[in-house]
Amino acid sequence: MRLQRTHLYSLAAAAAFVVLLVAGDLFFDSFTLRVAHLCAIYVVLALSLNLVNGFTGLFSLGHAGFMAVGAYTCALLTMTPEQKEMNFFLAPIVPWLAQVHLPFVPALLIAGLVAALAGFVIGAPALRLKDDYLAIATLGFAEIIRVVLTNMQSITNGALGLKGLPMYSTTWVVWPCAALSVAFMVLLARSSYGRALKAVRDDEIAAGAMGIDVFRVKVVSFATSSFMAGVGGALLGHLLTTIDPKMFTFMLTFNILLVVVLGGIGSITGSVIAAFGVTILMEVLRFLDGPMNFGFFETEGRPGLRMVVFSLVLMGVVLFRQRGLMGNREFSWSMFSRAGLLPRPVEGKDSRA
Amino acid sequence: MLRTENVTMKFGGLTAVSELGIEIAKNQIVGLIGPNGAGKTTAFNVITGMNAPTAGRVIFKGEEITGLPRHQVTRRGIARTFQNIRLFRELSVLENVLVGCHLAMDTNLFAATLHLPSYRRKDREARAFALELLEQVGLHGDAGELAVSLPYGKQRRLEIARALATRPSLLLLDEPAAGMNPQESVELMHFIRRIRDQFDLTILLIEHHMQFVMGICQKLYVLEYGVTIASGDPAAIRQDPKVIEAYLGVE
Repeated sequence: MRLQRTHLYSLAAAAAFVVLLVAGDLFFDSFTLRVAHLCAIYVVLALSLNLVNGFTGLFSLGHAGFMAVGAYTCALLTMTPEQKEMNFFLAPIVPWLAQVHLPFVPALLIAGLVAALAGFVIGAPALRLKDDYLAIATLGFAEIIRVVLTNMQSITNGALGLKGLPMYSTTWVVWPCAALSVAFMVLLARSSYGRALKAVRDDEIAAGAMGIDVFRVKVVSFATSSFMAGVGGALLGHLLTTIDPKMFTFMLTFNILLVVVLGGIGSITGSVIAAFGVTILMEVLRFLDGPMNFGFFETEGRPGLRMVVFSLVLMGVVLFRQRGLMGNREFSWSMFSRAGLLPRPVEGKDSRA
Repeated sequence: MLRTENVTMKFGGLTAVSELGIEIAKNQIVGLIGPNGAGKTTAFNVITGMNAPTAGRVIFKGEEITGLPRHQVTRRGIARTFQNIRLFRELSVLENVLVGCHLAMDTNLFAATLHLPSYRRKDREARAFALELLEQVGLHGDAGELAVSLPYGKQRRLEIARALATRPSLLLLDEPAAGMNPQESVELMHFIRRIRDQFDLTILLIEHHMQFVMGICQKLYVLEYGVTIASGDPAAIRQDPKVIEAYLGVE
C-alpha cells in the first residue's frame, strides 16, 4: 500500500497525541490529570452508547446499569482480601469472593464480559421492543440492577459501597482504552457488519429482506455496547477509588446521552469531541455551584446550577442543530483541505473507504 | 420452483388472502394482478416470511419454507423489492447494495471489525460485485450518492440491484413499474428479461400497468378480495369475463 499524504497527517497527529499524553502525565497537577482521565473514560462510554443508539438505532437508556456491573465486578476482583474485610463490616463477604485477587487487566476484561453477559440477558427479551418502549424497558432494567446491587449485602456491600479501590486508572490505562474504543468503532463502522447495523437502523424490514438476522444483530450490538460500558464503569470506579449504588442512577446515563446527542447521534468524531467538551465544561463551570460575587450583589451557593448550562446547550442543539455537532459525519483530512487549510489530497482516494 | 398450497392469511376477522395456490416453474416470469386491496402484497409477505400464514404451505425448491423468519427465506434464495420503496436512507447507493452482499459474505463481528485477511478478500469481491450490479442497472455513476437523494425511478432500480446482491434464484417485484412513463416501462421490461437470463432468475411480480404485465408475463394470477378468480396465460386472462368485470373493466 502506498503511503498517502493523509496517512502522514494521521501518523503525525497520533505522535503529537502521544507526546501530549507524556507531557500531561509528567506536568499536569493531579486535578487536571483527573479531568483528563475522565475525558478518556467518557470517550469509551459515549462510544458504547453511540453504538446502540446511533449505529443500531436502538434507543437504550440502560447504560448506568451495565457500568455498575462492570465497576463492581472489577472492584471485587482487584481488591485485596484485607481491603474486602475492612469494607464488609456489616455482613461478611461471601467466602468464594473473599480470597479472589486478580491483576487489573484481566479483571477489566472480566468486568467487560460480565457486563456483556448482563447486556445479553437483558437484551434478549427487551430488544423485542422498539423505540420509546425499549427506552423505558432498558431504563427499568438499569434500575433493577441498581436495586439488586444495593440488596446483595454479602457480595456488593450494599448501600455502603466499596471504598479504597486501587487507583489503577492512570494515563497509560485510560487512554489506550479510549484509543482502542475509537479504533474499534471506526473499523466496525467501515466494515460489512457495521453496514448491517446501519441497515437495521434505517429500515428493519428491508434489512430482514436482505438476509440480515435483525434480532441477532441487535443483541450482538447491545452486548458489545454493554461490554464497553462495563469497561468504562470499571475505569470510572478505579479513578474515583470508591463506588456505591447511588453513583449509577439515571443521571449518569443522562450525562452520557448528553455527550452522544451533542456530538451527533451516529458520529464517532462527534462523540469524542463532545466527551472532551462536556467533561471539561463540567469541571470548568463548577464555580457556578458556589457562591458568586458580582460586586454589587452576592449569591449563595446553588449546587447543580452548572447543569442548567447543559440544559441550555441541549435546548439550543435541539432547536438549531438537531443532528448535533457532527450529524452522522466523520472526521477526515479532506475536511481541512476543502476548507483550504491543507493542500488538496491526491485524487482517487475514497474518503468513505 | 415455488408452490403455495391453500395459503390463507387472516388479520383478525379479515381474510386478506384465501386458499392461494400459485405454481411457478424455473425461469418463468409470473404476474400477480388484481384491484387494490386484493391481497397481492400480503401474498408476497407470506412468501417472503414477513407474515406467517394462518393456514397452508409455501414450498420453495421442494422444501417447505412456511413461516420461516424473513432472513432465513432470503438465505434460501428469495429476494424482493417493496411497493413503497424501502432503501437504507443514510447509506450511499453503493453501501445499499453492499448490505445485500453481507449475506453471502458470511462474516462475523470480529472478523469484519479486525479486517482479517479472509474478510478483506470477501469485501473486495463484494465491492466488485456491487459495482457490477450498479453498472447493470445503470447507477454506477451514482455509487457515492446518498440513496434517498436519487430520483424515484433510480431508487426503484437501486432496490432491484440490492435484491440481486443477495444472489436470489426467485425475485419478487412489488409494482416495479409504478410511477414510470411508457418509455421507462418498456425499458424496464427489457431490463427484467435481461436480468432473468443473466442471473438465471425466476420472477414473480405485482403490477397494475396492464400493457407491461401482458407484455412480459408468461402466466398470470388474478386476485380479488383475496380469492384467486382466474389464472393462466395473458391471452386467456384478457378474455376472461370474471377478470374483465372485477379488474380490467369493460371497454
